[in-house]
Amino acid sequence: MGRSERYGQGLPAIEAGELKGKLVVVEGTDGVGRSTHIDLLKQWLENSGHAVLDTGMTRSALAGKGLKAAKEGHTLGRLTMSLFYATDFADRLENEMLPALRAGFVVLTDRYIYSLIARATVRGADPQWIRGVYEFALKPDIIIYLRASVEDLVSRVVQTAGFNYWESGMDLPFGSDMYDSFIAYQSRLMAVFDAMACEYGFHVVETSDSIEDSFERIRTMLEPLLITA
Amino acid sequence: MAPGSAFPGRLFIVEGIVGSGKSTQLLLLQKWLDSEGYGTFFSEWNSSALVRDVTRRGKNKRMLTPTTFSLIHSTDFADRTEQHIIPPLKAGALVLADRYIYTAFARDVARGVHPGWVRNLYRFAPKPTVGFYFRISLDEALKRIVGVREAIGFYEAGMDQKLSPDIEESFRIFQGSIIEQYDKMVQEFGLVVIDANRSVEEQQLQMRAIVTKALNGARKTRIRRWVDLNVMVRASRQLKPAS
Repeated sequence: MGRSERYGQGLPAIEAGELKGKLVVVEGTDGVGRSTHIDLLKQWLENSGHAVLDTGMTRSALAGKGLKAAKEGHTLGRLTMSLFYATDFADRLENEMLPALRAGFVVLTDRYIYSLIARATVRGADPQWIRGVYEFALKPDIIIYLRASVEDLVSRVVQTAGFNYWESGMDLPFGSDMYDSFIAYQSRLMAVFDAMACEYGFHVVETSDSIEDSFERIRTMLEPLLITA
Repeated sequence: MAPGSAFPGRLFIVEGIVGSGKSTQLLLLQKWLDSEGYGTFFSEWNSSALVRDVTRRGKNKRMLTPTTFSLIHSTDFADRTEQHIIPPLKAGALVLADRYIYTAFARDVARGVHPGWVRNLYRFAPKPTVGFYFRISLDEALKRIVGVREAIGFYEAGMDQKLSPDIEESFRIFQGSIIEQYDKMVQEFGLVVIDANRSVEEQQLQMRAIVTKALNGARKTRIRRWVDLNVMVRASRQLKPAS
């Protein structure tokens, strides 16, 4: 990614310097198939000789466990949750992503600041405030935004893990049961994502086709990026 | 910052470096307000049960960078605001906070965090009715801390900044730059400066005079529920005696 670029003020101790690797972000709402595509991408990248680090939300050494535990209870306020996620993100950025990028890895991240901004916004946070919180984030080399209709999401969720409290926005909630709330919550999230697509330059991939077709398109988007990697 | 005047309650906060005597003064203020029949609610820095374990682990294992140090404390403060500051303010209680957002501004900027970024981080905090800053010289503060070497933590001494290998020396340099930050904020945020070199009694009289003016129109009937809540919160944290 060459000289690192940020969205705003860089913070101390993470003056990134020269980054030889590539930062690849996969974004999209719950149930859209992010983990499937990340698994496929990782396989393909490693087969083609790239070192890959994959990471995702709540996996930080510092705050991952604490955040998961806090979500078990129901006293986690909206601001607190947003900032807890920001702590988790910053820890992973500084201690996982940056060192890997310096070493020339392809860093594959399941969600980035955009999901966190979208979730906070849907929960009523000031959009300017939450963007300011994440100003220190590196600008990725590419942002793949996986998209599906809410109907598709519902059928995928039902066939896999079932409705989940947070993915249905039941802390808000937008409906009387998980189904109604899921529909309303995910629709709002998607509206925020769609608005960000232009602002941040997302590469949109519709996932209503087969997994193979979607993956083929993602691969085509990544190829030019990897020539110099 | 959200204007605190949007709520019927009042918010009084104290700031200052370790050894400035701010906690003692706040405690004396609370005793007086309670005896006057106001419902008071006490809130202190690093008190969120949800976040505490993460902060403690980060500090013990020295995993924190200036950024994550700043963010984990803002998370703690957000929890404290959402649970223990805004609800009592809405209910018309007097909230007394030992350290507030200015602690974060002073410390984090002394660690090199961008001043504008950290101010935005805490934009959700209600603006205090009165913010007291207990100003004291570093030498005087040090005299008041018993057993400096044992009493000071790694981050409190700014050891992560590699200012000096000697913890006492590092503490001096780091607290010195924190004082500089506080002094800059007096004007920016309209903090009321209390000369912490004066006697305990004189400082308390000055505080009570200022608070009295700000209490005009505040609800006087002590709300029993808040007292009980205070007890519960303290018990749940196994609160140590005020230092």
